[in-house]
Amino acid sequence: MAVKINLKSKYWPLIKSLQTGLLLITGLAGYMSAKCPVLGWPTILGLTGSLFLAISGSTVLNMWYDRDIDAKMQRTSKRPLPSGRVSPREALLFGFLLSILGIGWALAIDLLYGIIVFAGLFFDVVVYTMWLKRRTAWSIVWGGIAGGMPVLAGRVLGIGYVDWVGVMLTLAVLFWIPTHILTFSMRYSDDYKRAGVPTFPSTYGFQTTRVVISISSVLAALAMGIAAYEVGLSWGFLRLIVVLSGGLLILAVVSMVRPSERTNFGLFKYASLYMLLAMVMLVAEAL
Amino acid sequence: MKKMTVLDRIVLLVTGLLAAYQVVVGVDNLETLAMISYTIAFGVLLVACLLLIILGWEILDSSLVVIVSTIIPLSLSLGLVSEYLPDFTTAYLVFVCVGFLAVVLTRYSAPGKVAVIVLAVVHGVAGMIIFLLPIVLSIRGETNPGFALVGVGGALIGIGGLLLSFLKTGKPIISREKIIALLPWLLLLMTACFVAGFSLS
Repeated sequence: MAVKINLKSKYWPLIKSLQTGLLLITGLAGYMSAKCPVLGWPTILGLTGSLFLAISGSTVLNMWYDRDIDAKMQRTSKRPLPSGRVSPREALLFGFLLSILGIGWALAIDLLYGIIVFAGLFFDVVVYTMWLKRRTAWSIVWGGIAGGMPVLAGRVLGIGYVDWVGVMLTLAVLFWIPTHILTFSMRYSDDYKRAGVPTFPSTYGFQTTRVVISISSVLAALAMGIAAYEVGLSWGFLRLIVVLSGGLLILAVVSMVRPSERTNFGLFKYASLYMLLAMVMLVAEAL
Repeated sequence: MKKMTVLDRIVLLVTGLLAAYQVVVGVDNLETLAMISYTIAFGVLLVACLLLIILGWEILDSSLVVIVSTIIPLSLSLGLVSEYLPDFTTAYLVFVCVGFLAVVLTRYSAPGKVAVIVLAVVHGVAGMIIFLLPIVLSIRGETNPGFALVGVGGALIGIGGLLLSFLKTGKPIISREKIIALLPWLLLLMTACFVAGFSLS
């Protein structure tokens, strides 16, 4: 029992369960948006399992690579690697194991689906984390593209090819990711400076970053709205998306006109909730 | 400012979910204006609940609160007039537009008393319609008796509006803490009455 608790406290934080969970929901929503038979349990299980493993694997590999900057930042210094609870070698092996299992399972289910899941992992670990994150503030674009891969993968698994709706769903997540990363880079800008990571606030200033967050949130809502319409969401759910988008738009404008830490963080939370609810609606429509 | 408790958040979340449910199910066989009006009313209620949960009670200090809390009764009453008193729709739509503009303009440009009078008139008319129309219609047998619950919701929205107004004028008849403690429950009860009333109509 003690070993089980110890393993959980050591390894569970490595996968950022909340972020992994949200990306997993986008993958499921992408699949359900194709109005697939919900009771196709082997496929649902395969989708959930392979995505969970691949997303978790890429998160662990990111943590492994970023352990030096995590140690310099107050917000991340208590993570398992910088705090010494998990050794770099353990984390690397754990990350590889999860990634290989996830990608392998995904490829076994469907070749195109597997390739997209692999692309997500590659963009996230290699392009975003290893190549660009320490060089340019624009690395977030690749972080966004990587984050959009689970929903695209789910959609592709449902219909067998990449379509317009899949691209819109990907764009919705792509535009949502900067609201997440930029909000944190503003809130913890001293941390990022200390770690030497270039961010939008340190490169272009806080006001420009706020404008980018607001525009990005609105574009995410727009892409989600278009995707929901193209999927054929019922009028009731479309009305709800319009209402929630209105709230997001107002908050984005207030965030630009009367910027404050509270409003900016509120916009980030609202945009996250919006994305979650929109994905849940796609799932609910298929049920 | 009183910190929002977990229970407050849960009550607001349930209120938001009820409002979201009403937006999704809508009301059957309605012409466009009524549908848009009801969607705006419950949509604003939903977004307001989400913003309260996310940003806390501090947003009640914003000058926008009075404007937002005017949209709900105005749009709900417009939906009712459009659905049950179609002959008065155009006239009431004009009142709603002018009333809303007047509330917005006087909030920022007119002296305190004028703003309060305008707010009282606009809220009063909208509140009376929401309170009386469903009750009268159900007593006359023109709708299901359960529709009277919308009127009960109308009475509660009036109380909620009064409490918020007291909060904004800084001269509350009950303490700010009590108003804030009551508000989530009042919003929940009001929304539950509206949703139940519309589903029984």
